[in-house]
Amino acid sequence: MDLNYTAEEEGFRAEVREFLRKELPQAVADKLRLGRRLTKDDMVDWQKTLYRRGWGAGMWPKRFGGGGWSVVQQHIFEEECAAANAPPQIPFSLRMVAPVIMTFGSTAQQQRFLPRILAGEDWWCQGYSEPGSGSDLASLRTSAVRSGDHYVVNGQKTWNTLGQYADWIFCLVRTSTEGRSQHGISFLLIDMKSPGISVRPIITLEGEHEINDIFFENVQVPLENLVGEENKGWTYAKFLLNHERTNNAGVGNCKRALAQLKQIAARQRAGGRPLSEEPRFRDRIARVELELMALEITNLRVLSAFARDNRPPGAEVSALKIKGSEIIQDIAELRMHALGPDALPYLREGLDPAWMPEPPLATHYPPYAPSLTGQYLNLRKTTIYAGSTEIQKNIIAKMILGL
Amino acid sequence: MDFRYTEEQLALQETLQRFIERDYGFEHRRALAATETGFSAEAWAQFAELGLLALPLPADYGGLGGNAVDVMAVMELFGRGLLLEPYVSTVVLCGGIIAAGADEALKGSLLPRVASGTLKLALGALEPGGRYSLAHVATRAVRDGDGWRLSGGKSVVLDAPAADLLLVSARSGGAADDAQGIGLFLVPRTAAGLRLTPYATQSGGRAADLELSSVRVEADAVVGEPGAALALIERGVDAALAALCGEASGIVAALNEATLGYLKSRKQFGVPIGMFQALQHRMADMYVAGEQIRSMAILAATHADAADGAARARACAAAKAYIGAAARFVGQQAVQLHGAMGVVDELIVSHYFKRLTMIDMTYGDADFQLARFSDTGAGA
Repeated sequence: MDLNYTAEEEGFRAEVREFLRKELPQAVADKLRLGRRLTKDDMVDWQKTLYRRGWGAGMWPKRFGGGGWSVVQQHIFEEECAAANAPPQIPFSLRMVAPVIMTFGSTAQQQRFLPRILAGEDWWCQGYSEPGSGSDLASLRTSAVRSGDHYVVNGQKTWNTLGQYADWIFCLVRTSTEGRSQHGISFLLIDMKSPGISVRPIITLEGEHEINDIFFENVQVPLENLVGEENKGWTYAKFLLNHERTNNAGVGNCKRALAQLKQIAARQRAGGRPLSEEPRFRDRIARVELELMALEITNLRVLSAFARDNRPPGAEVSALKIKGSEIIQDIAELRMHALGPDALPYLREGLDPAWMPEPPLATHYPPYAPSLTGQYLNLRKTTIYAGSTEIQKNIIAKMILGL
Repeated sequence: MDFRYTEEQLALQETLQRFIERDYGFEHRRALAATETGFSAEAWAQFAELGLLALPLPADYGGLGGNAVDVMAVMELFGRGLLLEPYVSTVVLCGGIIAAGADEALKGSLLPRVASGTLKLALGALEPGGRYSLAHVATRAVRDGDGWRLSGGKSVVLDAPAADLLLVSARSGGAADDAQGIGLFLVPRTAAGLRLTPYATQSGGRAADLELSSVRVEADAVVGEPGAALALIERGVDAALAALCGEASGIVAALNEATLGYLKSRKQFGVPIGMFQALQHRMADMYVAGEQIRSMAILAATHADAADGAARARACAAAKAYIGAAARFVGQQAVQLHGAMGVVDELIVSHYFKRLTMIDMTYGDADFQLARFSDTGAGA
């Protein structure tokens, strides 16, 4: 056992750091640092920048244009990008639909879709949940009926993240109602410009537009956009979820958030001294830091075991998802609490990149404050999405413990 | 990075596993705990033969030059088998301190005997009223010619009754809680003026209080710098913390296996109780805790030998703080899920639970270590 990085890995870290120093626009990094709104272009441009460097998808195999990175390299990259306040790479494209297309898609689909994902030309979104199908995803009812050379899709998807930006949506649809509900599900790739698709914003508790309802009304989808076999989509859907969950630990992101929490606690005053010196608050930070230190190692242990055995991510990722989602929630909660009464103002203009507090607000209200309560509120989603914590425990109980 | 044991470490674990199955079953262990000494001299001799006692000691002094990860591999099995022998005290803690801080003559005379199983050691570092503080030393060391005279009291000295030599902290200068002024002295258990009050511990081991009344020690029985030995003690205790974390990790794995087996076999309402979601989720929580605990044990083991004292202390404190709390959760829930069977003496479950509870309170519990970690970590 050895937790040290090799000289090559340290060299890679230096390379990533140098790249970020040169290529990450300061204005974008400042938005992340201060919790200001990111635009679609901020994220797409960053993907294009990474692509130009050959780092569009470090986690993909080389034969699909990826970096073929080791688990440790991916970890280093994620950690450095987060520390530098780089925007996230779009997970729906790179980490969700892409592995499914690579593993189950046709050569034609691979050639058509993967290069555009890599280059940041297509934005994908996810069509999984429906109003009546949340944790019981397999009960989904959006239908796809064959008609000549296409399917006709009708139904509603919900909790769709950033579909307002998307060029494509990958959808679970019902192609058969016979047998168990897991049978008869198919995995379709649908052009968001297709006639009959409409996107309706859902405003979440912090007041922002991140998620949507998506309605399908007689949407025609070419048969060639079916991934794998008809009625076998549940297998691909679970495969995708496991890939999604490997990313849910979000260790790099948690580390950035923790560093930010410590900075805030050092700046906020309590009883005439920095909040970071107040033992009760400091111990709360220390507790979540311990949990994160453990997760960082667990994450690397689990992912490197998959890589070593050359198998796709298994049920062990549920543990990573549970812990990662709880940790980021705890950190977000502490960041908010660190503000004290300054957590209360709801200043929507404070999410604009150029906003700065003016007197008298500026005497007590720091520029990083406006987003923190909203982020706490928003991040309650993490223990719900991608399979709630309770679903993850069901998976562990069944798949790992054999209960 | 590598998260696997080496072939040698795995082979060592297999050997220990076979030893436990063959010679150290639970009933044997219960009987041993009730004997006068509370451990097995035969087992100790076998450990010497297997090289366990030499494992982390320097090769120049009869050791095998192993590291804290080797110790973790051993300690996971010590946990699983609930072994009672004074391995941590003798080899990891005192052996480590002597290897790190004693002069050549002492190392040459003591360490080969530790490695061969003919010398057992115990650390007397805690005192009444000092709780877990290693700096709380009121025992005095007063110059007496070339040597010293020690007077004072030491409390809960683990494995003292079996020890041939006691490594005792005593103060030659400063006030009771000062970091400076602390020395380490080797005192034979049979020394004139030393009185032991032995007792059993909650998890089956042995300990004693020491009263030192003007105990004479020679100049060659001083380990490290008299007056500046606190860092050395802390280093040894950090190695012990890492070992205890490995032991806890082994216990948690065994306890989770036992509990899972019980959930699958115990039937109520006509079905195995593992069919109930409330219990499934609890078991899932215990599994996740077990993974996190193992990660923290690895963190401690990979840092316990670090030359950088601050990094070592931070990692060991972090691991012990985390494991103290997380293993308490697993232990309590294992008892809970076993129902009334969890609170009987005849099942190993309650013994695992007791050992985890005692490990938390050995050399600093979760709160103590959290404060230690937190003190080093703010603003980092």
